Amino acid sequence: MESMQTTPAQAAKEWTEERVRVGALDLAMVRGGAGKPLLVMHEELGYPGWLRWQSALARERTLLIPMHPGFGRTPRLDWMASVRDLASFYGRLLRQLRLAPVDVIGFSLGGWIAAEMAVDNPAQLRRMVLVAPMGIRPPLGEIFDLYNVTVNAYLRASVHDPQQTPEMKRLFAAPAALAQLEAWEDARIQTARLAWRPYMYNPSLPYLLEGVSGLPTALVWGSEDRIVPLSAGHAYRDALGGSRLEVIDGAGHRPELEATDGFVGLVREFLS
Amino acid sequence: MIMYFSERPYIGLPEEEVVRRRSFFGLPNTYLDANHGAQLLNEYIDEKVYAEELGFDALALNEHHGTPFCMVAVMNIEAAVLARLTKKARIVLVGNPLPVVGNPLRLAEELAMIDMISGGRLVSGWIRGTGCETIFNSANPAYNREMLNEAHELIIKAWTQPGPFRFEGRHFHYRFVCPWVLPVQKPHPPIWIPGIFSPESVTFAARNRYPYVALSTGLESTIGMWNLYAQTAAEEGYQAGPECFGYQQKVFVAETEQRAEQLGRLDMFGGTWMNYGRPEWMFPPGYNSREVNRRMAQATTSLVRNVPVPEQFSVEEEIRKYHGADYDAARKSEMLMVGTPKTVIPRLRRLMRIIRPGVLGLCQNDGPIGQKARLTSMRLLADEVIPALKETARELGLEDPFARRIGERPLPASGRPDPVASMEELAS
Repeated sequence: MESMQTTPAQAAKEWTEERVRVGALDLAMVRGGAGKPLLVMHEELGYPGWLRWQSALARERTLLIPMHPGFGRTPRLDWMASVRDLASFYGRLLRQLRLAPVDVIGFSLGGWIAAEMAVDNPAQLRRMVLVAPMGIRPPLGEIFDLYNVTVNAYLRASVHDPQQTPEMKRLFAAPAALAQLEAWEDARIQTARLAWRPYMYNPSLPYLLEGVSGLPTALVWGSEDRIVPLSAGHAYRDALGGSRLEVIDGAGHRPELEATDGFVGLVREFLS
Repeated sequence: MIMYFSERPYIGLPEEEVVRRRSFFGLPNTYLDANHGAQLLNEYIDEKVYAEELGFDALALNEHHGTPFCMVAVMNIEAAVLARLTKKARIVLVGNPLPVVGNPLRLAEELAMIDMISGGRLVSGWIRGTGCETIFNSANPAYNREMLNEAHELIIKAWTQPGPFRFEGRHFHYRFVCPWVLPVQKPHPPIWIPGIFSPESVTFAARNRYPYVALSTGLESTIGMWNLYAQTAAEEGYQAGPECFGYQQKVFVAETEQRAEQLGRLDMFGGTWMNYGRPEWMFPPGYNSREVNRRMAQATTSLVRNVPVPEQFSVEEEIRKYHGADYDAARKSEMLMVGTPKTVIPRLRRLMRIIRPGVLGLCQNDGPIGQKARLTSMRLLADEVIPALKETARELGLEDPFARRIGERPLPASGRPDPVASMEELAS
């Protein structure tokens, strides 16, 4: 698939895609880098491909990036109807692969999945990085509605300054190829199945997060996030005792693309 | 069988506001004057009553949400009013948007009451609702068809199985189904399936032996859907016929060609269906199957644009185009028929010869057309056009679903169904 290709600069392929049998499901998983495993939870529009931040972290970590069921590369699980279902499914994956306790980083919807995994069983995680996670209703503002706009408009809203975000063009080309359009459609369908109502949050999550202890957590937010308002970051910080909120100035919802160097430095420092 | 239908639009909108958004759906309701809207709603109800007086066999109702395109947001209320005010016309719902109503058991009760009050004149119809209906009602589009199927199952059970009983579905859960209102038509009111794009709706109709009502889909694509129905019917072991098919045709009649032309151009207000809703609202994720999305991506013509709305365009030019080139195209393709009775009769007869519908709906105003012109059109249709169409229907043997039960026609010995539409007529 187009979006899975590396840039020409990364001639030596840094990643492979494998299949992991979980129950009756063949889970697609991208694996890249070397070192201690880092579990990566991708966002609501699907896995965007191997980008600069992954390349940087892969120097010292083995990135494990499962393709969520129903997002196209892994088949849909018909029974799966909530982010909590998905988080519990990943708990099973960790047990099966004997990965726990593992470091995890989650982006947007993926951040919410990681938070639900922490609620499910804090001991299965070692350190957690949540990048502008959904999952908690922002006390101020609302989570941007993916279903009210075109994919292009959503992607554009997800970064503060598209002109200053070179990797944006990796996320979408106009006009997008049919395969990319259909991958987005798959992602949007599965996201709707998981989080249509209430939209992109779980009312019980902040209360359950209060019971999570012994899990160092970094919350990373762009100061200009238009998708998940920063107020949700404050709510996460308040719910998760011992967490820290890192606000990246001038970035939107995708600090890993908009301020890659600072982002990588921060994550590297936190996970070391 | 001839039906009367109208979208019952809110009249008095600034057209440029619709065009600027390229969407009737979601126009801020600050443009709605409730008193003016109330007057229009009553006019539209009076017109349904008048349609019965004029001799229309059926009154077709629909509903939409969050749009001035169709003011009737809850057609069961309109149907309930008509159930009492009218005496003999069938009340045809085209249809209830099952996946978005939220509570199908309550819907079963409402429909049962309409059937009871009307003395058994209800024709029920199930639709999926446009994507905009899904958005408006916050109904998950990814489960749209599942919810349609499940709500359909529940409603039929509620109408036909002795209660109390329990219903445990995936989306709907009822532990005490025992409605104390039931349809007087047994086993239940007729069900017709209206549709626009989805082949899944056509096969659903054919498998359940429900008539399929194509909502102004244009002749060529309608023939495609008829053939799919006939093929599915053959798999089910019967030959499809006119009783399986309904078609809604927009037709506007006036005393002179010139006057009719003016009305027709008015009817193009705001870009009509083409601007019903922006594509991101019309086609939310999961609403269409992958196959339908691929087909639509390649289609050059469609009832609804499936391309993102451009950021820059001239509102004035668009409006000129709607009332000019688009109007001409709609006339040419016969999506819109306008004229005097003398000129529309042959065109409608040709349509009947091509697609052979057992039920023909004559659609009236979608645009800001005044009541006097609306009533004139209805009267001319009733006095001059409908008698001619009925004669044609008799000549062609176009039986409606009340005259002949679906499934009665045997398949030819070959097992291959006889044609249900005439390509030769289309070519002529």
